[in-house]
Amino acid sequence: MILPQFSIAGFPDAQPVEGLIGGLLIGLAGAIMLLGNGRIAGISGLTARTLGLTKGTPWPIAATFVLGLVVGAGLFLGIVGPIEATFAPGWGWLIAGGLITGIGTRLGSGCTSGHGVCGMSRLSPRSLAATATFIAFGVITVTVVNLLGGGW
Amino acid sequence: MRALIGLISGVVFGFGLALSGMMDPKRVRGFLDLFGNWDPTLAFVMGGALIVMAIAWRIQARMHRPVTCENFSLPGTKNIDARLLGGSALFGIGWGLAGLCPGPAIASLAANFVPALVFVVAMVAGMALFKLADR
Repeated sequence: MILPQFSIAGFPDAQPVEGLIGGLLIGLAGAIMLLGNGRIAGISGLTARTLGLTKGTPWPIAATFVLGLVVGAGLFLGIVGPIEATFAPGWGWLIAGGLITGIGTRLGSGCTSGHGVCGMSRLSPRSLAATATFIAFGVITVTVVNLLGGGW
Repeated sequence: MRALIGLISGVVFGFGLALSGMMDPKRVRGFLDLFGNWDPTLAFVMGGALIVMAIAWRIQARMHRPVTCENFSLPGTKNIDARLLGGSALFGIGWGLAGLCPGPAIASLAANFVPALVFVVAMVAGMALFKLADR
């Protein structure tokens, strides 16, 4: 990637430039869904809809969006190159994390995309409360896991 | 047309996730590691996304209808209740355990198929369990 190199003092591992530009694209994707199809680009809800686990959004919109996520990431890999990714050490983390994420996002009607990006930018009180809650519990969880010696 | 818009939105979203570094669970976990080795990258991602979406909402307010259909279909609920907070708390715990939220997990099927699939299958199982229980 030919992007300006910029690092934040004290945080040598952070990627502020890639993060910001990637974030702008994520916002653009949300804008396309909102202004084009009149809907929120909420990934947990659209995934559930694609698999017939909820009603609401017309199926063609949900299914193409979810497919698009994989295609978009694949395009990046094909055009730009491989990405760095370190996954949790073992399936236990992934299964537990996935199960709880699945239940939680349905119960709370949203995740980082719907509540975090689309809802917060709309200044929705529900989404602000949801986002503050899941970030807080994410921080608590990582901190507790680290204290128990399970950090990765 | 509406399917094409959905596809374009998904593709741009997935490409943005890959560029942003958010498909690296360790980096996302690093953002949540506030009291340890904190990685602020996710804040830049969220900031960038919020800037564009805030503009989109201003445009939306002036539009009579979206491009592909008659009406906007937007969440109308206002109340902050136990379901919202409890569900968000659970999601936060899952997010902290695996360093994945639904978007990066699905997009990661293109990059790290096996671990991403394990997470996504478990997530879908969780959604299905919720549907069974929530009658």
